[in-house]
Amino acid sequence: MSLTSLTAKELGKKIKEKEISVKEAVNDTLDAIEKKEDKVNSFVTVADKDALLKKAEEVQKKIGEGTLGGPLAGVPIAVKDNMCIKGLLTTCSSKILEGFVPSYTAEAVKNLEDAGAIVIGKTNMDEFAMGSTTETSAYGATKNPWNLDHVPGGSSGGSCSGVAAEECVCALGSDTGGSIRQPSAFCGVTGIKPTYGTVSRYGLIAYGSSLDQIGPVAKDVTDCALILETISSYDRKDSTSMKREGLDFTSALKDDVKGMKIGIPRDYFGEGLDGEVSQAVKGAAKVLEEKGAVLEEFDLGLVEYAIPAYYVIACAEASSNLARFDGVKYGYRAKEYEGLHNMYKKSRSEGFGTEVKRRIMLGSFVLSSGYYDAYYLKALRTKALIKKEFDKAFSKYDMILGPAAPSTAPKLGSSLDDPMKMYLGDIYTVSVNLAGLPGISLPCGMDKKGLPIGLQLIGDCFQEKNIIQAAYAYECTREYRHSPLSDVYQVGGRR
Amino acid sequence: MANQISDDTIEYVGILAKLELSPQEKERAKKDMEEMLDYIDKLNELDVSGVEPMSHVFPVNNVFREDIPTDIDGSKDALFNAPSVKNGGFEVPKTIG
Amino acid sequence: MSKEYETVIGLEVHVELATKTKIFCSCSTAFGGAINAHTCPVCTGMPGSLPVLNKQVVEYAMAVGLATKCEITRYCKFDRKNYFYPDNPQNYQISQLYLPICRNGGIEIETEQGGKKTVGIHEIHMEEDAGKLVHDEDGDVSVVDFNRSGVPLIEIVSEPDMRSAEEVIAYLDKLRLMIQYLGASDCKLQEGSMRADVNLSVREAGAKEFGTRTEMKNLNSFRAIARAIENETNRQIDLIESGEKVVQETRRWDDGKAYSYAMRSKEDAQDYRYFPDPDLVPVSISDEWIESVRAKQPELPTEKLARYQSEYGLPEYDAQILTGTKKFADIFEAATEICKKPKKVSNWLMVETIRLLKENAMDAEDIRFSPVNLAKLIDLTDNGTVNSTVAKEVFEAVFKEDIDPEKYVEEKGLKTVNDAGALRETVETVMKNNPKSVEDYKNGKEKAIGFLVGQAMKAMKGKANPGMVNEILKELLSK
Ligand SMILES: [Mg+2]
Ligand SMILES: [Zn+2]
Repeated sequence: MSLTSLTAKELGKKIKEKEISVKEAVNDTLDAIEKKEDKVNSFVTVADKDALLKKAEEVQKKIGEGTLGGPLAGVPIAVKDNMCIKGLLTTCSSKILEGFVPSYTAEAVKNLEDAGAIVIGKTNMDEFAMGSTTETSAYGATKNPWNLDHVPGGSSGGSCSGVAAEECVCALGSDTGGSIRQPSAFCGVTGIKPTYGTVSRYGLIAYGSSLDQIGPVAKDVTDCALILETISSYDRKDSTSMKREGLDFTSALKDDVKGMKIGIPRDYFGEGLDGEVSQAVKGAAKVLEEKGAVLEEFDLGLVEYAIPAYYVIACAEASSNLARFDGVKYGYRAKEYEGLHNMYKKSRSEGFGTEVKRRIMLGSFVLSSGYYDAYYLKALRTKALIKKEFDKAFSKYDMILGPAAPSTAPKLGSSLDDPMKMYLGDIYTVSVNLAGLPGISLPCGMDKKGLPIGLQLIGDCFQEKNIIQAAYAYECTREYRHSPLSDVYQVGGRR
Repeated sequence: MANQISDDTIEYVGILAKLELSPQEKERAKKDMEEMLDYIDKLNELDVSGVEPMSHVFPVNNVFREDIPTDIDGSKDALFNAPSVKNGGFEVPKTIG
Repeated sequence: MSKEYETVIGLEVHVELATKTKIFCSCSTAFGGAINAHTCPVCTGMPGSLPVLNKQVVEYAMAVGLATKCEITRYCKFDRKNYFYPDNPQNYQISQLYLPICRNGGIEIETEQGGKKTVGIHEIHMEEDAGKLVHDEDGDVSVVDFNRSGVPLIEIVSEPDMRSAEEVIAYLDKLRLMIQYLGASDCKLQEGSMRADVNLSVREAGAKEFGTRTEMKNLNSFRAIARAIENETNRQIDLIESGEKVVQETRRWDDGKAYSYAMRSKEDAQDYRYFPDPDLVPVSISDEWIESVRAKQPELPTEKLARYQSEYGLPEYDAQILTGTKKFADIFEAATEICKKPKKVSNWLMVETIRLLKENAMDAEDIRFSPVNLAKLIDLTDNGTVNSTVAKEVFEAVFKEDIDPEKYVEEKGLKTVNDAGALRETVETVMKNNPKSVEDYKNGKEKAIGFLVGQAMKAMKGKANPGMVNEILKELLSK
């Protein structure tokens, strides 16, 4: 059995107890990637083996000396390719960042490295995190480890498929409109999008700055809590970073939901939700009720306005954030051009993919003279109303429960031709980003096709512990299902 | 379809966004944008009068840096990824203005 | 008969603030330095980098706002101004559009007619400067240097209240002096730390509506501003007279060729798509903060002008000259503080210093001598250690090399000789060597004594006490 079938915590423990060495963990991970990468394509870049082994040695030494004693010391981790890492190719899965090697490391990754985790490589994603399928990558689509004809979801598809395929034990993703929670659901793994401002965005290549958050992707709630605890920090380099309390997320890993009030929005179970998904999510709610949680259905309101508001805001910010990719300072420059503006246009038109161009165009349009009030300001006002709806809900409930996505993973190639349909798939996730809330997605069943279904728990701002505790309690009633690409996969999904 | 995007508008947005689209791409972009805007027009159903536009979810203000310089020569890192370098700077087509 | 026209002018003045670091990163703002040396991921627009606001920038902007009687916006924000240009690494400039830090102020200027008028200040906003484009001589390329990228600026936008180049210069002079007093910037036009863009339109005299305006850029001196205003006024009048329309556009002044040309191209849509920068949080300004900035505010030119007259009894003209540059005022106050002789300090500045500045084609800002040495020289003159002729000579050395006058006088042996015996000996020798003059004096030509005094002073190498020489001469001649 490969070590990648373990959880991060289990692997860290074996390393700490000298049952295995950091080198073995690294080698095993590299072997797993080598063996499975042809099938799933989770990675854009795998770090250089010699450099990794050297780092493994350093970490091993520090563990020996006792200077590194945390649970993630020596644990290999994969990082979504929109986080800058010094000396490591960073592409955002775009041709326009061809060959870009940053001179700085994202704060979240630095926090991991300080804890002794070893970055094994950069995972594939939708280009600039724009997409819900990981098919818009310039480096080819990623496949769903449960069924290679299906998408892994997106945009953190590579991180989620990597964990599900057991190429690595855990990963970092980023979530702007559901990009951690939705692919986690599709791949049968667990992912958290923390409260906005909890994890520094320094070094995260921006898509929608007011919505982007980095978060963990792992096999279980425990690993997610552990990783989130490690990457969260107040960072002076990020003005939107929050000085906040209660970052000891692992303290919430308690199998106890007695008296917890859980609101279930009727609006999340209406038209458009797949029947099997609905059933599985309701089943999960029932489990929590049986464990002592108090469930109540309610009307959340404004659910249908979240997607239009989200696309206006995200695309507007993206049109500005992605202006810097112009062929002057880094990345791709067109080979032939006439003059400055032609150089800009050609480099950008050749460097960006269709979906990115689509969103940049829309974003430029909604900010342009004469449309700013009608679109952009209106979207910001809608965002304020949506936040209010959530505030109202959280005055009554400790958390909100619902699906992470309206269906299980669609087939490869079935989404790109109808972008509107793809955007509508974000219905249960985007409002969480608009309101800055934390959300967790974890497996709660399989559909008849054998594809995982995800349960989403949404917490109030800064109340990650509530959703972590409930998710943990739910998880305690279930056993982890390894995907067909796992070494320990068994038909029927049991270990 | 309620929204009509003209050729001129697509051309204009291309200038703003510095994107050059082929004729086929333009047609597709027009259609996509019209569809999206029609969908976004759903926001018109809401009465948002009197609602303050919310750029930041949390009312955090006054995040500052002290005025203390770090004097490190950044030129090597700055130029490391540049597609074209000349005389220690980023080379671009001749630009006056 | 041709019609009468009125020129309507508003200014957008960019001032580089005197902070040590850039507005959104900790890179140095120092001039010089190798190309791209003062850069980091933030000011070169690297992906994933984030801006963090320099507090000092806000305080300088508030200080200028208070000095120009603006309202301070209690809740202000930064916006992104989106446009592509190679000197702009993110292809957006972080600036302020919707909620600028200061609004509704004004500066009082003297008009040509000798009256006073207020030029309104519409707003002052904070923003980042762009990098520099260096044009390669031999090739068809330009090279970008980001050393200036992210240097903090305030942009001071006036109302269209000026009607002539003279008013514009008066406004700029007043503004510059005020900002220099505040220490918020050195405001050097030539070096680009102060830049003025001129918005200008013309209309028939008496008309109520404004004409279509143009914006003129690249004005690097007061002279260029005056010339550009004249040129643009004439250009617009010519257009109107010949039945054409003035086009609203940005024009670039070429001072060498003394003409301007339109900068606009099809690719510059001038649609900046401003929106609040999501990477920065708002700035909330409390009463206490405003008061603490106000408390630190130094005395400004107008207040100083009044005080110099009332406290030191200086004539208005002198007080105006002394407060007219910050350097003069600084030296005046520091030297006066030491020697307690304001009128004498004023005199040295008004006469000898200005003379030497002119001779050396220097500005007051270029003065290098320290007030201590001027004060010492005044004391030396006052207590008779040196006479006034020697004092001027010593001052030249102070002016040039900031020498210590006490040491200098000692080393060069320039002390006035007050020894009556020694003086008498010299005078006797002079009389002996110039019998003709002695004769003339005795024959009633009183002027001849001047020549004899001069000869005696010369013999004493200028160090004699002239009063004593005079007395001794008279005494000996009357014998
Ligand atoms: Mg400006
Ligand atoms: Zn910098």
